[in-house]
Amino acid sequence: MGTISLKNISKSFGSTQVLKDLNVDIIEGEFLTLVGPSGCGKSTLLRIIAGLEQQTSGDVLIDNKNVNRIRASERDLAMVFQSYALYPHLTVRRNLETPLRLRDYSTFERLPLIGNLSPNKKQKTESINQLVSKTSETLKISELLDRKPGQLSGGQRQRVALGRAMVREPVAFLMDEPLSNLDAALRVHMRSELSELHNSLKTTFVYVTHDQAEALTMSSRMAVMIDGNLLQLDTPQEVYDNPSSLSVAQFVGSPKINIFKGSSDSNGTVSLLNLTLKRKSSESNLELNIGIRPEHLEITNQSDENTFSATVSYRENLGSDIFFHVNTEDGMNRIIVRGIPQLTHEISSGSKVNIRRVSNKALLFNKEGKRVQFNNA
Amino acid sequence: MQAKQYIGESWKHGILIIGAILVLLPFYMMVSMSLKSQQEIQSISGGLIGAQEVQTFPVCVKTGYSEETCTTKPYIYNYWFAFEKAPIPRYLMNGVIVTLSIFIIQVLVALPCAYALAKLRFYGREFVFSMVLFCLLIPVHGIALPLYVMLAQAGLVDTYSALILPWTISVFGIFLMRQFFMTVPDELIDAARMDGMGEYSIVWKVMLPTAIPALLAFAIFSVVAHWNDYFWPRMVITGNRDLFTPPLGIREFRGGIDSDEFGPMMASIVTVTVPLIVAFIIAQKRFIEGITLTGMK
Repeated sequence: MGTISLKNISKSFGSTQVLKDLNVDIIEGEFLTLVGPSGCGKSTLLRIIAGLEQQTSGDVLIDNKNVNRIRASERDLAMVFQSYALYPHLTVRRNLETPLRLRDYSTFERLPLIGNLSPNKKQKTESINQLVSKTSETLKISELLDRKPGQLSGGQRQRVALGRAMVREPVAFLMDEPLSNLDAALRVHMRSELSELHNSLKTTFVYVTHDQAEALTMSSRMAVMIDGNLLQLDTPQEVYDNPSSLSVAQFVGSPKINIFKGSSDSNGTVSLLNLTLKRKSSESNLELNIGIRPEHLEITNQSDENTFSATVSYRENLGSDIFFHVNTEDGMNRIIVRGIPQLTHEISSGSKVNIRRVSNKALLFNKEGKRVQFNNA
Repeated sequence: MQAKQYIGESWKHGILIIGAILVLLPFYMMVSMSLKSQQEIQSISGGLIGAQEVQTFPVCVKTGYSEETCTTKPYIYNYWFAFEKAPIPRYLMNGVIVTLSIFIIQVLVALPCAYALAKLRFYGREFVFSMVLFCLLIPVHGIALPLYVMLAQAGLVDTYSALILPWTISVFGIFLMRQFFMTVPDELIDAARMDGMGEYSIVWKVMLPTAIPALLAFAIFSVVAHWNDYFWPRMVITGNRDLFTPPLGIREFRGGIDSDEFGPMMASIVTVTVPLIVAFIIAQKRFIEGITLTGMK
């Protein structure tokens, strides 16, 4: 229970195609993050899974059952929205009860007053109350049950929205940027809470975000989407270490990966600036983009064949790390280097530094942004 | 500096006070005349409430009441005679029946329409909405005659239906509620759909409660317009006094053998106006909220 397969999903709004032939298999119980810059179609994809939007072509399968023609409410999914979308006129308790009442009560039982005549209603009400109190205890919102959403803080509303999704014990949770309305500290805190919740519920989570940090920290797998294409679907570590294309490499990781212009000669020897790499490119005679992450460059006093010199233009102190924005001598590249505060605290902007690259960490991309492998790497 | 500021402020207040007096003066006259005797009204004397001398009222005697009953203070006579001469409670009740029916049906029609126009995507939505806007431009009086003919053909003249039916679809209501629904976030509706609500449940269980302030503003517009409407009831209620709405009832005091006796007439007008004023005072805060909310101010 809880697998979702998307087969050849395409979606167009008028003449603009926002999703281009996507295939995703979501494994039972995993925390899958759909991540990408805004406008890449990730929310649309989530809404297609939810059934709030109809795909132009392709199939959605939940637990191997085609749900193309099944309404949102009957897909047994729960969704948490960015703005929480709590019913403003109902108390927290009623907000939590609503999905259950709609699922469990018959139309007759939902009628005011005469609905109470139904013999089964009492029993159903009891089970609803139990589920609500169980959920509110899990989320620590029991004392908020009689308040209205307007009287809650952002974090509390977030919990109630989660609770409303949880009470139904759905096949999967869909979350559309649920943390983006919270302040920075609370967001980081809620990340860990969501991960814990996922561990204890063991339900499938599909989580949409534009924040690559959220994707890296929480997900078991992340799907990177750009311009309606699924570029890479893998574990966060794999996506970070081994991006399939230049755009993925640039999107994932903060600060951004440094890109150098370089080339490979007829032997496949890769050269950039004044450096040559030990490993050989699998494709020779090629213009290359060489990506090196800021933490794979270090500032050093020595100068040898593995270093190049540059001028510091800006110093970004984050406490645990200092990031130096430097310009290379040829003026062609503005790059970011991570420095350890203890070793680099005396370096200020304007000073000249030598930068050494850590070997075996460079990533090669061709002119079109496709990944180029090293030989027997 | 401060003194200058006060002068600037007092200017504004002075103008506002003059405006307020101009607006309130007719109401003052109405209340005052409903308390005074005919002589005081005609000689424009006696201030707000007149001398309140006990006297015998000739029109009353002419109508056939004993002289004893007709000898009393003017304010008692005015209000007593207003209620004696015309079945004012009946008129008030008709007013309530008509305005409430109109309002309730208007809401039943306007809310789903406004929801569809604001939140559902369908072919021709913009066209339908432009037709709604177009209908806002049609003056009621322009279509009164064809409407009357249609009602007459249907045999509905001199019924409650004739008073209610033509007003049940309020384009203004549709427009007002649509503007309000545009401000309701789509996510709330999506959440309701995920919870398992159908579109009609969404309209009545989610949109209606969030739209209460706007609905209240619309209620005031609608109720005031139809409570005070004289033109339409005058057209379709031709003989049956049991169907008279308050404005039609007031007309009973004009002309005829009684000449123009203003005291009881004004008393009846006060009786008809007071319910609206009370309702407005109660709803005032919400009303202004609603108007600002919908950007109609």
